[in-house]
Amino acid sequence: MKKIISILTIALVFSASAYAQGFLGKSEVHGSFETDAMYYQADDALGITDSLINGNVFGFNAFADIIYTLGDFSAGFRYEAYLPPIAGFERSLEGQGFPYLWATYTTGKFSFTVGNFYEQFGNGLTLRTYQEWTLGYDNSLNGARIVYEPVKGLLLKGVYGTQRYYWSKFEKNGRGIVKGFDGEININDVFTGLSDSKVRLIIGGSAVSKYQSDQNPFYKLPKNVAIFGGRFNLGIGKFNFSSEYAYKINDPSAVNKYIYKPGDAFIFSGSYATKGLGIFAQFKRIDNMSFKSDQAVTSNALDINFLPPLIEAHTYMLAAMYPYATQPNGEMGFQIEINYKVPKKSKLGGKYGMGISINYSQMNDIAREKANDTAYIGQSGTMGWKSDFFKFGDQIFNRDLTVEIDKKFSRKFKSIFKYIYQDYDIATILGHTGDPNVKANIGIIDMTYKITSKKSIRWELQGLWTKEDKGDWAAILVEYTVSPHWFVSIADQYNYGNKHSYEQLHYYTGSFGYTLKTTRFALTYGRQREGVVCVGGVCRQVPASNGFSVTISSSF
Amino acid sequence: MKKIIFLSLALLIGGLLTAQEVNSLPSINVKTLEGETYNTKDISNDGKPIIISFWALWCKPCKKELDAYNDNYEDWQEETGVKIIAVSIDDARSTAKVLPFVSGKDWEFEVLLDPNGDFKRAMSVNMVPHTFILNGEGKIVYQHTSYYEGLEDEIFEIVEKVAAGEDVSGKH
Repeated sequence: MKKIISILTIALVFSASAYAQGFLGKSEVHGSFETDAMYYQADDALGITDSLINGNVFGFNAFADIIYTLGDFSAGFRYEAYLPPIAGFERSLEGQGFPYLWATYTTGKFSFTVGNFYEQFGNGLTLRTYQEWTLGYDNSLNGARIVYEPVKGLLLKGVYGTQRYYWSKFEKNGRGIVKGFDGEININDVFTGLSDSKVRLIIGGSAVSKYQSDQNPFYKLPKNVAIFGGRFNLGIGKFNFSSEYAYKINDPSAVNKYIYKPGDAFIFSGSYATKGLGIFAQFKRIDNMSFKSDQAVTSNALDINFLPPLIEAHTYMLAAMYPYATQPNGEMGFQIEINYKVPKKSKLGGKYGMGISINYSQMNDIAREKANDTAYIGQSGTMGWKSDFFKFGDQIFNRDLTVEIDKKFSRKFKSIFKYIYQDYDIATILGHTGDPNVKANIGIIDMTYKITSKKSIRWELQGLWTKEDKGDWAAILVEYTVSPHWFVSIADQYNYGNKHSYEQLHYYTGSFGYTLKTTRFALTYGRQREGVVCVGGVCRQVPASNGFSVTISSSF
Repeated sequence: MKKIIFLSLALLIGGLLTAQEVNSLPSINVKTLEGETYNTKDISNDGKPIIISFWALWCKPCKKELDAYNDNYEDWQEETGVKIIAVSIDDARSTAKVLPFVSGKDWEFEVLLDPNGDFKRAMSVNMVPHTFILNGEGKIVYQHTSYYEGLEDEIFEIVEKVAAGEDVSGKH
């Protein structure tokens, strides 16, 4: 029976395709795939012994994503396999299947999607589903979405569904059902008299609710939890302001340790931008805003909303040693950034000009007081705490000062200089209980020399100096590239300042890669230090490892 | 499960058989730097070539690539009329920083925001930088991922051919 159905399906699709080719000729297919494979070796200095590996020498993550379009109709799927997942990825991912299947039909002012989809309302404070392959993160909604644009400048969205939780299927009384609505209006588009105004205003609002049955034996939990958000974006000439506020009714969960306090979040950003100069400032406050479709889950999964970490994100090896992650139970802070381009042919700028960028960001805890006399702060089953909206807490989670200068000295030689100061609450963010804040100075020089029009060589010299945690580090990287196909690089990170001499290790790696249009192959051999990899606000712990890794990626 | 695999394979094969060699842009809502909604179907350049480059603030090679394009943009425009559109895939943590960053860099080309990766997904972009070249009819005729010093020369060679109406698909 199954076979007959399969054959029939194939026949149907083929004939439909043939029909499409004959009469419409609009059918399009494209997609992408990637495989990441690791081979692990024992490394006694890293504490990885043969018995610890215990035969598990391979890690393998792969996906294939295909999109089919026929006029106003499109559909697609993604196949994923983790056999078993690479070290550092969530073990629950082990397995294979099709976690992402969807179809969308767009007609005039409407667009309908069924199956799995990704959506973001505003900044994501009320709802954001997304996928990040490098982290193994996917909280897609499985259900239905309608997008409606009745007139230009007015956009309405409705979503309904349940979220992906690795490979486990949705079951009644399991994780919650999510419903959401979002509306956004561009005043200058809708009111035609304002279309030429120098003042541009966009206003938006959203409401999201989660229904989950109460399975908790100790607390009476609300079955329905709602979250509301309002936002605007205001442009006045060279100035731009945007803000969003979101409010969540009480939602006791494992993340906030079952307190009954409502939560809220606020972001305000302002910028001034003119030719060669950009100034940016931002304020942020979060109070008890974790919102997941299962109250009992604490891991990086089933998030309905997104709380962006508003701290400079670093990518250089040593600068990325202490990455910040949003503290959903409470944080407040600000960020200031100036980008300036010293003009060409000026005294400082030289022939090519020079870029200067300065960023300062700070994130503190919020100030908390007892909610009432009989309960301690954060006590389960109570209102948790009271907090003054405008008062910073004493505890510093993260401070970061980054100064970057990039300068082109000649047609062949250019360089980036970077200084970073970090003050990092390793106890709160990485769970190293009892450890003092890490205060680190970091210096980076990145130089590129163009040997010919296609060949170039790049060096990075980096140093990280701190009295805390693992002490001082030095790092070097040399990379040789031949455009558009080849690269070879070697790098070493050396923990020379570790107070234990047996932990003064070299973390060396060698890589080479080949790119042909959109197909990329890369092979890396070496040691990976224990650390945290963060992309877009979600982080995963990566254990120390030694071995080979191969990545093949392609799209068409 | 088997059914799904069969169906997918059938779809894929059926699709590949009927698919044209070149694809056009999907209809996806992205944002302008001023926060306004913009549909990617509206990207056009009066019959001249277009470069679409996906990038992010956290991506060093992307910024190098766009710097290199910016250095050459005036010349390229004069010679071929090409238009460059840089699509930032920065998410909510840094979307508000893109506008002041672009001004600080003094980039001359258009920049769009794709904060939840909708356009990126619809274009099958796995990693950034990923650059597309569109011909005068808005069809994708070339794409490339990753950036090494000097790639801009290669990109411009292709843009010149596209502007002259040559077929560049299948080469390089």
